[in-house]
Amino acid sequence: MAGKVAALRSQLETALAGRVPAPFAPCRVQIETVPFNIPEIDQLTSGLPRGGLTEISGTLSSGRAALLLSAFASQTARGHACALVDGRDTFDPYSAAAANVNLERLLWVRCRNLDQCLQATDLLLQGGGFGLIALDLSVLPPKTVRYVPLNVWFRFRRAVENTSTILLLLDQESNAGTCASLALRLGFAPSRWAPQTQQMSFPRNSCACLFDGSQIQVELARSRQKSSSGGHKIQSLERVNGTSPATHFRTKPNWSDCSERVIKTK
Amino acid sequence: MAFASIYVPDFSIQAVVRNEPSLRHQPIALVEGSPPLEKVTAVNQAARQLGLSLGMTKSQARQFISIAIRPRSCAQEQAAHAALLDLGWSMSPRVEDTAADSIVLDLTGLASLFGSEETIAHLLAQRACGLGLIVHVAVSSNLEVAMHAARGFPGVTVIQPGEESTRLAPLPIQVFSPSAEIDETFERWGVRTCKTLAKLPLLDLSERLGQQGIQLHQWAKGASVRSLILAEPELRFEEEMALEYAVEELEPLSFLLGRLLDQLCARLSARCVSASAIRLRFALDHSYENESSLPLPNGHSDEKRSYYKKLLTLPVPMRDSKMLLRLLRLHLQSDPPRVPIVHIFLAADPAAPRVRQEGLFLPSAPDPEKLELTIARLSNLVGESNVGSPRLMDSHRPDAFEMTRFLPPQNALQAPAIGASRDRMPVAAFRVFRPAPRAKVTLREGLPSHISFADLYGKVVAASGPWRTSGEWWREDAWHREEWDIEIHRHSASSAQPANSSLEPKKGVYRIFYDAMRQAWFVAGMYD
Repeated sequence: MAGKVAALRSQLETALAGRVPAPFAPCRVQIETVPFNIPEIDQLTSGLPRGGLTEISGTLSSGRAALLLSAFASQTARGHACALVDGRDTFDPYSAAAANVNLERLLWVRCRNLDQCLQATDLLLQGGGFGLIALDLSVLPPKTVRYVPLNVWFRFRRAVENTSTILLLLDQESNAGTCASLALRLGFAPSRWAPQTQQMSFPRNSCACLFDGSQIQVELARSRQKSSSGGHKIQSLERVNGTSPATHFRTKPNWSDCSERVIKTK
Repeated sequence: MAFASIYVPDFSIQAVVRNEPSLRHQPIALVEGSPPLEKVTAVNQAARQLGLSLGMTKSQARQFISIAIRPRSCAQEQAAHAALLDLGWSMSPRVEDTAADSIVLDLTGLASLFGSEETIAHLLAQRACGLGLIVHVAVSSNLEVAMHAARGFPGVTVIQPGEESTRLAPLPIQVFSPSAEIDETFERWGVRTCKTLAKLPLLDLSERLGQQGIQLHQWAKGASVRSLILAEPELRFEEEMALEYAVEELEPLSFLLGRLLDQLCARLSARCVSASAIRLRFALDHSYENESSLPLPNGHSDEKRSYYKKLLTLPVPMRDSKMLLRLLRLHLQSDPPRVPIVHIFLAADPAAPRVRQEGLFLPSAPDPEKLELTIARLSNLVGESNVGSPRLMDSHRPDAFEMTRFLPPQNALQAPAIGASRDRMPVAAFRVFRPAPRAKVTLREGLPSHISFADLYGKVVAASGPWRTSGEWWREDAWHREEWDIEIHRHSASSAQPANSSLEPKKGVYRIFYDAMRQAWFVAGMYD
């Protein structure tokens, strides 16, 4: 009997092979992703997943805002409307403009406390139609954000499922847990000051140096598309208000057997 | 050529009932005048059957138990008349504004659009119901015959050519609204119907009653011919309601606004336009000062009034009454009138309806109507000035921007510039602290060495500056500051770390500045 069933199954698969890829295989949900427009991050993560919650956590000055602006620039360049729920009103429009974010396509909601942030996010998710909704809780005290119950993140995730909206959460610690389809952890690395020096010494004449960017250490903590495979180091670039000298950035994986790659750009 | 006449019986009553549909089947009396001399000026059929008559005083009318008494409202009559004209223009471009309670349409050329004359007449009656009016419709090739038939016959009447005198015969001569003197004369002669009047000799009638007698004779025979006097179409959509008692709460006010918006949107729909803005005006009753005192009735000359005005500008033209009501409620919740309301005035600015062709491969955008509702709710939550799109100002002042209204992307049809953003390198983003917190900075040889602000204390390990900036010296809020970019290794002031602690101190790159005007240090923000 089992043999007959197997023979029948193989017969059906042969007959439908040209029309249906795998008639008896469970269908895999294709997750559409949108690039960060930072090649190293895109290579690590395959991009921001649509219809899912992405969490970027990290300490202060770890580069979360830089990733946020890159995501906004990517989405607004594609013609999508974006929304930012700003937990403590720290968004800088000048940085965004320098990052090529189309400010006319950005809805900025300036909140004062966590309750306002969560309610505003609820309203935006109910309204729908946004390509990217970012909830920025980076500057709020971690112990306050920790008290947000997990069902809130679960509800947010469910609200964006089966839509083309990307929900991006920025905080200091990972709070969304398994509700996040993609979780990145950023760490602070020594910043660069021109003229370049490896010494963390206190410069005597500080007029001779400029803040020249910082390194961002990114670790892929969770991804539904690929297993967590370690981190990559990338280097952030120019200062917002400065001129545009020739810049360099390096990619250096955490594994010791990988060689370094240096890409020079102007 | 055919004409359709639309007549609204008991027009004053219907103008009031239009905003209170629950009264339609109840006996109603309208009163007019100054108290205590208010007298009944209009009654409907149900009130007549109960025994009410014109000229009774209000107190006499109150003796009838089930009577609903309302003040006569010129504003509502104007709105009802405007709705009647909108009904006419929704069907035909040639409309005559005959009287407050009737209009005449030219039906030439409408057969291919709407069908036969009878179909058109029924459609007019049906659309009038949608606007809150119960009408009589009469169609005839003679304009005057159509007018009089609409006044005389209830429902829909179609008079074929050649049957005018026959069909008008049973009508009473009061449909012609003769003067009181002529009416009395006809009463003495025993002339009560059009048939009797049409049989009178024309010469003798003209000798006794003059030109008016001749005109009445022609009307009775259905022989009078005249041209349509065209009315100029007006795109004016206004609704008013005078309240008998002042309204304080938002819920009953929303109920009344909903009714007015339903009527307004029905009229907009009839004229195939939408609203680009809604103007709201409340007349407030300042004489109603405490809850125990009785409110002064409307029309009292000593009543002190002021107005509450609100302009709701819509991002796209819309005519969904429920959506408009929600938007008005949200605006009223954020900025409610402090005093009870005695009069509501609502107007819509007409605009061409929104036509938008979506593309299959274009990025989706928020629905404009839903977006407007979302933004209104967000404004209620965080304040109107805290929701919108930032726009950079042409100024050297630090953090100079303004919040503008967020509109759905209009140029989504253009090809998005993806290639340009891919080549761009990520920028070290900055977070602005608003307001900038004060800091205590320790200088060593003119350079910052330690800093403390909020509950944090840190050592400066690298610094770049000072970068001086100043401007707008001619203004009171001029600025003059020295900026520094610093990297600090900071410790939380609440926890003292031992020397052999394995924990790394927290690090961060900040921008601080010394404000020469206030002579103090502040933290502008943080690089993140």
